[in-house]
Amino acid sequence: MRAVAPIAVAVVAFGASYGILARDAGMGVAAPIVMSLTTFAGSAQFAVASVLESGGAVAAAIVAAVLLNLRYLAIGASVAPSLRGGPLRRLAEGQLAVDESWAIAQRDGEVDRDRMIGAGLVLMVAWCAGTVAGVLGGSALGDPSDYGLDAMFPALFLALLVGQLDGPRARASALAGGLIALALTPLVPPGIPIVAAAAGAVVALGVRR
Amino acid sequence: MMTAWIAVAAVGAATIALKGAGPVAFAGRPLPRAFALVMPLLAPCLLAALVVGQTLGDGRALVLDARLAGVAAAAVALLLRAPLLVVLAAAAGVAAAARALGAA
Repeated sequence: MRAVAPIAVAVVAFGASYGILARDAGMGVAAPIVMSLTTFAGSAQFAVASVLESGGAVAAAIVAAVLLNLRYLAIGASVAPSLRGGPLRRLAEGQLAVDESWAIAQRDGEVDRDRMIGAGLVLMVAWCAGTVAGVLGGSALGDPSDYGLDAMFPALFLALLVGQLDGPRARASALAGGLIALALTPLVPPGIPIVAAAAGAVVALGVRR
Repeated sequence: MMTAWIAVAAVGAATIALKGAGPVAFAGRPLPRAFALVMPLLAPCLLAALVVGQTLGDGRALVLDARLAGVAAAAVALLLRAPLLVVLAAAAGVAAAARALGAA
């Protein structure tokens, strides 16, 4: 669990900045906390709070969040072979496959179930604790971007990515995924570029091992 | 307030379904061969897309702001084989400094 500790620190901070934004968006105290427990997906929760904060329609907020979470169809399928038990247990365990826990549980092309569950639980506690601190502490904590917290997450994903670049195919997949996301961001709604970037993995199959 | 709860319920239900679909649908049977082939390569491309989106993305726009400086600092820290906490602190610190100096 040493691997997850620094990530958990970042997730607490990220959860707090979500709590602050959600409170500012008029979501109250309980709703953001319930959302962190049930949705447990940072970017989608941020999208909902930002749309509501700018006075957008609730339908727009929901669509944005669902698009951002479409990648979990692929992530969920990739963890499926590692999970055991009946449908309810598999459904519950699948909820812990978030970007970070999924990334650090990668092992020889498969997902290490125990590692993913352990990391997922730690991150869920961190995310919810951060959210509580954010909604209660509110603006007394200041603007999270003043502390550069918004740069911490791409940095975290970069660090996780570097740990994955163990061969020409993996590097080709990363390059293709990054380029697809870059090219599509101005053209399609947020969330779609990440889903489309999964095609990078298919492109990489054409690269000699 | 009511709108917040509608969003919480709808997004929560959708996300639980999206995360759970794979684990439930592929219970006790192997993934389709094509997907199994692609799977080991999925993490690099999704992580790269997350890096690009969260460093440069702002809704449907690409912007160069303090986040890029922060991520560049993180990249340097990674090259120097710094521990993860140092990498994250470098990203946040440099982005905060760039912002204090007037970067958006």
